Amino acid sequence: MMYSDKVMDHFANPRNVGVIADADGKGEVGNPVCGDMMTFYIKVKDDRLADVKFQTFGCGAAIAVSSMVSEMAKGKTLDEAMAITNESVAEELGGLPKNKMHCSNLGADALHEAIKNYWDKQAGRAEKAAGTAGVHEHEGCACPYCDTALEEKDKTFCRACRVEFEECPSCGGITKKGDAACVHCGKPLAAKA
Amino acid sequence: MKRTYLDHIAATPLRPEVFEAMRPFLTDVFGNPQSLHAAGQEALTAVDAAREEVAALIGATASEIYFTATGSEANNFAVKGMAAGQQARGRHIVVSAVEHTSVLNSVKALERSGFTSTIVPVDRTGLVDPAEVEKALTKETVLVSVMTANSEVGTIEPVAEIAAVCRPRNVLFHTDAVAAAGTVPIDVKALGVDALSLAGDQFYGPKGAAALFVRKGARILPLIDGGIQEGGRRGGTENVAGIAGLGRAAALARAEMASRTAALLPLRDRLLEELPRRIEHVVVTGSRTARLPHHASFCIEFVEGEAMLLFLDMKGIAASSGSACTSKALKASHVLLAMGFDHAIAQGSLVFSLIDGTTDADIETLFEAFPPIVERLRGMSPLYTQYLKERGS
Repeated sequence: MMYSDKVMDHFANPRNVGVIADADGKGEVGNPVCGDMMTFYIKVKDDRLADVKFQTFGCGAAIAVSSMVSEMAKGKTLDEAMAITNESVAEELGGLPKNKMHCSNLGADALHEAIKNYWDKQAGRAEKAAGTAGVHEHEGCACPYCDTALEEKDKTFCRACRVEFEECPSCGGITKKGDAACVHCGKPLAAKA
Repeated sequence: MKRTYLDHIAATPLRPEVFEAMRPFLTDVFGNPQSLHAAGQEALTAVDAAREEVAALIGATASEIYFTATGSEANNFAVKGMAAGQQARGRHIVVSAVEHTSVLNSVKALERSGFTSTIVPVDRTGLVDPAEVEKALTKETVLVSVMTANSEVGTIEPVAEIAAVCRPRNVLFHTDAVAAAGTVPIDVKALGVDALSLAGDQFYGPKGAAALFVRKGARILPLIDGGIQEGGRRGGTENVAGIAGLGRAAALARAEMASRTAALLPLRDRLLEELPRRIEHVVVTGSRTARLPHHASFCIEFVEGEAMLLFLDMKGIAASSGSACTSKALKASHVLLAMGFDHAIAQGSLVFSLIDGTTDADIETLFEAFPPIVERLRGMSPLYTQYLKERGS
């Protein structure tokens, strides 16, 4: 089996699915290019997460991760919740397949964005529509040649293949830099100015 | 739990007759076909007979059939072997954007040794326009590879027309027929192709037994260097049992193709017509007319494919999202993107491919189980929430 029993349980019976209409903070991460999108809503009382809800568009791992994050976060202080990492979520789930680690681990990111969104509101800072993590905007997640998940900080380069990438202007997928056509959609790539 | 297997494109069940054809070569008849003694000759007889059967399935002669382990190997052999054999004439290859990864990645491998390629686009239904292939040909072009049918969207390509574009220019033409051979009639002479890949596990034969047809006179260099097996073009002791099974499966396919199609076509059409009526925001992918008879593919909006597969599996229903390989990769199907679907919709790709024995009751089972799964996943989808908000309900 590809997924642990715990992952399957959280996937089949996800906890805390939903929307909080009057949320104190909202965080969105991911995009459909990666395959996963998550939105987290939080209610804060006395610096603690009184309620956490989420919505997820994504694979089994993405749904299970969101569910687990919501369960881990509920009742925690904001600082404690900020200390939840993608790694600790994967550990709680009894591990995730290697090729699901990257895109499926957006859960903690989405929660943190919601908390930051709350802090921004509290501080009266110019409110973004909702907290969003920039790292996944318009980018693919895995090398189109070997399917190795790409490093967060190094999205334009696959270490395994030693290939440099750029974003296809037509489909938004990542494709080899300098190629005549996109590896995904076959449309010609604009020559670099 | 009752199992409903709707994943022909991933693998077909082994027919009992095929298993019986293989059994002697897994037990008593263990000889090496290259051996002169009786044990070897018995094995050779089986390999020769299977070669005849595979040739007959596609209108070839036996000497034009080269056994390989898999469809992927056949594709690698065709693309790399034919390109290598032609490289003195030119080093440009043309393929379609919806080819299997074994073709696309073979081309990429060739590019690392100095070949260049042009990827021909497809239309919204996944069809390649032969005129686009013609436009892509240059003086340097030595090989064109366009599949016979696409396993993700079921579209059958105009192979004969594309071959007709290549032939007068002396450009070799290979077609990956892994998804089509054994399911739809194929005649390599009528099509005018120089090479064609097929695999037994797509028509009730065993895994690990496939073949490449290479037209007599078409030059191809071996991928696996070795002995004199397969006319010196594919070294290695023959997989006798697998080959015997492939041969039997080919014979069965030839005999039963019409009746299998007659049984599955109405079920396919029911799926294609009714599923979008039973569930909102469902798009049929691929061609409605030029389509494999057992193949129904969709994009289910606002939900992701793997999550649907997992829930379907809990109900005993086996299906695919994109290709079997794609369902484990973290990216949308290159086929759907090439057809112009955006990422969000392509993530909702789902393929139901029927097998011999699929009944109307199986389709009913699916119609009963599937809508609640979609409803449930949409209930937790931020994309669906956003859609409802924008629609104003």
